[in-house]
Formats: sequence, C-alpha cells, structure tokens
Amino acid sequence: MNCSCKKSDLSLIKPVLDEYGDTPGSLITILQHAQDIYGYLPTDVLYCIAERIGASPAKVMGVATFYSQFRLQPVGKYLIMLCQGTACHVNGSQRIEAAITQELGISDGETTDDGLFTLKNVACLGCCSLSPVMMINGETYGSLTPSKTVEILRKLKEEG
Amino acid sequence: MKIVVGEGSCGIAAGAAKVYSAIEALLGSSEAMLTVTGCIGMCFLEPIVDIYDGDELKKRLVKVQPDDAEKIIAYVNGDEKAVDGIEISDDDKQFLEKQTRIALRHCGLINPEKIEEYTAQDGYKALEKVLNTMTPEEVIEEIKVSGLAGRGGAGFPTWFKWNAARQSQGEEKYLICNADEGDPGAFMDRAVIESDPHNLIEGMLIGAYAIGAKEAVVYVRAEYPLAIERLKEAIKQAEEKGFLGDNIMNSGFSCKMRIKAGAGAFVCGEETALIESLQGERGMPRLKPPFPAQSGYWYKPSNINNVETFANVSWIILNGGDAFAAMGTEGSKGTKVFALTGKIQKGGLVEIPMGKTLRDVIFDIGGGIKNGKEFKAVQMGGPSGGCIPAELLDTVIDYKALGATGAIMGSGGMVVMDETTCMVSMAQFFLDFTAKESCGKCIHCRIGTKRMLEILNRIVKGEGKEGDIELLEELCYSIKDGALCGLGQTAPNPVLTTIKYFRNEYEAHIKEKKCPARSCPDLLSYSIDPDKCRGCTLCAKKCPADAISGEVKSAHSVDTSKCIKCGSCVSVCRFGAVNVD
Repeated sequence: MNCSCKKSDLSLIKPVLDEYGDTPGSLITILQHAQDIYGYLPTDVLYCIAERIGASPAKVMGVATFYSQFRLQPVGKYLIMLCQGTACHVNGSQRIEAAITQELGISDGETTDDGLFTLKNVACLGCCSLSPVMMINGETYGSLTPSKTVEILRKLKEEG
Repeated sequence: MKIVVGEGSCGIAAGAAKVYSAIEALLGSSEAMLTVTGCIGMCFLEPIVDIYDGDELKKRLVKVQPDDAEKIIAYVNGDEKAVDGIEISDDDKQFLEKQTRIALRHCGLINPEKIEEYTAQDGYKALEKVLNTMTPEEVIEEIKVSGLAGRGGAGFPTWFKWNAARQSQGEEKYLICNADEGDPGAFMDRAVIESDPHNLIEGMLIGAYAIGAKEAVVYVRAEYPLAIERLKEAIKQAEEKGFLGDNIMNSGFSCKMRIKAGAGAFVCGEETALIESLQGERGMPRLKPPFPAQSGYWYKPSNINNVETFANVSWIILNGGDAFAAMGTEGSKGTKVFALTGKIQKGGLVEIPMGKTLRDVIFDIGGGIKNGKEFKAVQMGGPSGGCIPAELLDTVIDYKALGATGAIMGSGGMVVMDETTCMVSMAQFFLDFTAKESCGKCIHCRIGTKRMLEILNRIVKGEGKEGDIELLEELCYSIKDGALCGLGQTAPNPVLTTIKYFRNEYEAHIKEKKCPARSCPDLLSYSIDPDKCRGCTLCAKKCPADAISGEVKSAHSVDTSKCIKCGSCVSVCRFGAVNVD
C-alpha cells in the first residue's frame, strides 16, 4: 500500500494530529477531519495517522472501512446522495436510481469517467415528506420523478 | 409583529431558507421582526411561516414560496387580507390540535438558537428544582413514578437504568445520549435537537445528577449537520449562563458536556456498539453482562438513553411523575412521538398519549392514504420492526400490544403503505439494509442475513423456488437465536411479519411469477395499447430512457430492451393507454 502513485500533502493533517493525536478514542474524529481536508482518505494519510497515534495501519484501515461516511476513493465534482430510506423506498427511489444509472452509466459508489458525478446511496436524509429525495452537494431535490431527475442531471452536466 | 420562519432540516429542504431571504430583502423599514424557529412537525405543509402579535399567533402560513414575501410584508404593514390564500386550513390545524405534546412541547414555537426563549418557557427550572431541593435518589424515584421507559425502542424502564448506574461503585461515571437515529424513515430525535436543544441538555443534566456523572456525551449522527450545529451553540450558551460546567447554579454539582459525531453505522444504535464507537473503535457490540451501568465508556459505569427519553425528563420533574403516569396504558406511560411518512396524506411528527390506536394516528391525525388509494400496512420500528396489516389497525399504541403483532414500538418510525407497495420487496429492502449494516461479529447475523437477502432477491426477480418461504423462516429463527445484539435478534422481524400477514404475496411471486402490487420491475412489462394511444407524445418526452417512440397523432410503442420500468409513462398518460402486466 506504500507505493501509491499519488503523494498527499501530509502537512495539511498535522494540525489535526497535534490537536487530537494524544487524546485516546479520537481516531474517528481524526478521520473525519482528514476526509474534510482531502475529500477522501488517501492511503498515505492513513499510514501517517496510524504512526502518529501509535496504532497499526490495519486498525486504522479497519475503522475507516467500518463506517459508511468514510471514502477511500476521491469523489466527482457532484456527489449525488440518493436517499434509500424507508419512505423514499415506498415512494419509488428504485425508479430514481434506475434513471440515474441509465443517464450517467454509474451505479452506487461509482464515479463517471469525466469525474463529474459520483452516485452514493444513503440510508436516510430525514426529509421523508419530500420523498423521494436526493441531495447534490448540499442542495436537496425533493418529490423526484425519473424524468425530473434526468432534467436536473442534464442541467448540471451543461454547467460542467 | 414578529415573522417566524420554520427552519428545521426538512423545512430548509422544502425551501424555507429561500423564503427567509426573500422576506428579509423586503423587510426594509417595516417594524416587524424576522426570526426562525425549529420544526413544528407539519412536514406536509412546509415551508411554514408564523406571524405573531406579541405572544398571540395571528396567522400560520403554509407552503410559502419566496414570491409570497410581498404578501407577508403587506400583512404586517396592515393589509389584513393580504395572506388569505396561503393561510392554513381549519382541517390542517387539527393535525396539531389532536396531539398531546411533551417531548415536542417547544418545537416550532421557540428559537432554538436563543437560550432566552427557552428560559422564558420555564427552561432550566426543572434543573434548578432538582439541584436545590432533591437528592439523586428522589429524582430517580420521581422518574420511577412517571413510568418513563426508553424511547429508543426497547422500552426498558429509565429509572432502573439510572438506579443501576447510581448504585455502581466508582467516582468516574458517564452519561451518554444516543442520538444516532439510524432507522431509515425516522426523524423524531433530529427534530428535538434542531428545535429544542436546551430541553435535551436539561434532561441530560438531571440524569447526570441522578447517576452521579460529571461528564456527558451526545453521540449524534454525522448526517445531521444542522442538529450538531444547533446543539453546539446551545451547549455554549448554557455554559455562559452557568447551567453547564463547574458548580452549576452554586449547587456544588459540576458537569461538562460534549458532542461526538458518529460516522454512519446503524449498529451504533446498540448501546455497547455505541460505546466502542465513542472510544474510536469499530462499532461492534460487547458481550453483556457486564452492562454499561457497571462497565461502559472507558469501562466506567455509564448510562445511555435516547434523545426523546431525555426530552421528557424536565417536564416530569416540573409536573410530577404522577401527571406523566396519568397518560397512557397499564404498561406504557406518557406520550410517544412518531415520524409519520410514506403514502400518507399528512406526514410529519405526531406526539400522542400511549393507548391511542394506530387508526387514530394514521387516519384521524394523518388524514389517511394519499391519492385515494387503499391502506395496506404500516411499518413500525424500521429494520428491527415489522409490518402491521389493515385488520390490526385498532391495535393500541402500547409496548406489549404492538409486540404481540410481531412488530415493535421502535423509536417512532411509522411508514404507511398502500396497495401499490409490494410486501416482499419491503422485506427485501430491510434485509438489504441489515445485511449491509451487520457488523460481522456473529456468524448467524453476518452470513444469515446475506443468505436471506439472496433468497429474497431471487423471489422478487421471479426466480423463487418451492420451499423458499420455509427456508426463510428457518433462517429467521436461527438468526434470532444466534445473534448477540439487538440488530441481529430483530433483523428477521420484517420478513417474519410480512410472511405472517402477506404470505399470499410471497406465493404469487414464487408460483405465478407475479407481483400483485405491480411494483417489482422484473415481473412487469410495459406496452402501449394502440387503440387507446392518441399520439400526444407526452410519454415519449417524459421517458428518461428514450424507450418510447412514435409519430405525432399515431400510436406509440415501447422498446422493452431500453425500458427501465420506471413508470413515468403510466403517470403522465391521460388516456390510460399504457399497460403494465
């Protein structure tokens, strides 16, 4: 894992490690900050964290892969979080997913080749009254239909 | 005059922040004041704007759009009729009037970002009473009298947990709030934190005093950024006012509080898994005993309660345990908050006394099913709960009565389904969830849920085999017996209840390869009836997959190799020309 082609700027994570590195039980908090900084969790950053907190890389990797919030791959410019909560499911989120997959050619967890869109199914965004719902870069789109979804995606594509 | 915009997460998602900006831009020289509140729980009417004259609510405006800002300004400037078209109807008012609110009593009424508004509603008075006049034992006794039980789902008596932590030896104890609301389709706890964070803080401080903890932690889902932000601000304000920190109100009692953001794992709703996660580990449950009351966070005595449980505490202290126990049934006291969603007319937050029936909630308050469809079932308790069919609508809301149906009270998710919802697909949906969320510690849960999901996937694709239902049932009972924690022990509930009440739907999928609800895509095919089609081209325009073709004013056709079976054509066709078989 050491030989990843891309090298991350490890100085960015240093202030976080200075603040939390010696506090027991802070691994999740450190990983959350790291993801905020790099957009995902690069392997070399995970090694750096492991060394600083005195844990094995395997343990850090174990925690990073346990929680759904953490990503080990970079995401596209637009992160589509498609709600798969119960209310959205009942109101047809499967059909929305099919429309996204058809339009962009990506499934859950994948990114388009042009690096524009990443699709991620999430458990519940908590906007059940607007179901089915998706959130793209913090903006919520509710009461979706397959055709409305495609319109939104095409508009974002145009904006690039 | 005061203009108040409801800005809970779902209000904002519906456009409340844009409405706020639009009003702000026009406010200009008007003497009216503009402010925000949390979520009042009428999600179906968001965005909501209230106009107050002093303390009196003059107008409640619903489904407000940014364009309505002018009307609102005209109203506060004296034009009485300006907002007539967007005022709440008398029928919709009933949604709140039929509720009894304790945990949600301030939600949508006060500004969650201002501690003054909370203290003006007797806020922190219960804490003052506890610290000045009650011993920890007396607090525990009051909670015992109230009959308050854990609102996270299990319904364990709160006083018993507090007492066990109190009795545990050791100087260092922790009080933890479980705000890892993971049930997909439930948002009660988020609403409490976003709308009334000080009520949670006060309830937690009373709990901390009762068990003897000097440190309290709130474990919040990372998916709730607004809740985290408002709680952070509330903790800061409480510290500044001396309600939190050292020597609170000169009583000698000290307690600090901090927030820990979860990272997305349903199993962390289980208390020992939550503790592991708090310690920065993978959230995998511990063996019990020892219980957290003896050995919890950092192996010290700890007590964990859910948000809604704490939200009842200050009310109980101020009004007495008897007043709380006067509501409800023999075994279930007080009120319960539900997040009513799905195919329901009026979705939102409903708090009612225990002992009401499901029919009261779904039909009387929720207004029944959307679009004139038939009620089929209600799902309670999320992935740990079950589906309750129409014939059991008169079941009362009570831990035991709901448990007898095979479902559970749960944390409060109540998802309503109509005739178009496939119950096999529902079971598959929940199993997909639990199979992904199983932490992997116990073999029965890790592999059993996976095998069950494979069978269900097969059935909804029309590849089910004779004996699949029996095999599912066998797996269900093995997982229930073989799993260590609540996640595994309850994971089979959605499957068991749907088999129990809707076995015919399973059989139709397996034997006839048909989905009676016409919902499972693999068992459907779309075609256009050339006799009915007028060639209006609407379906072709709306088809996201470009699977429909045809000339204007002549019959269209569906290319089944391209069709993604999304149903868009059915919903737009005005001539009923699309056949689904």
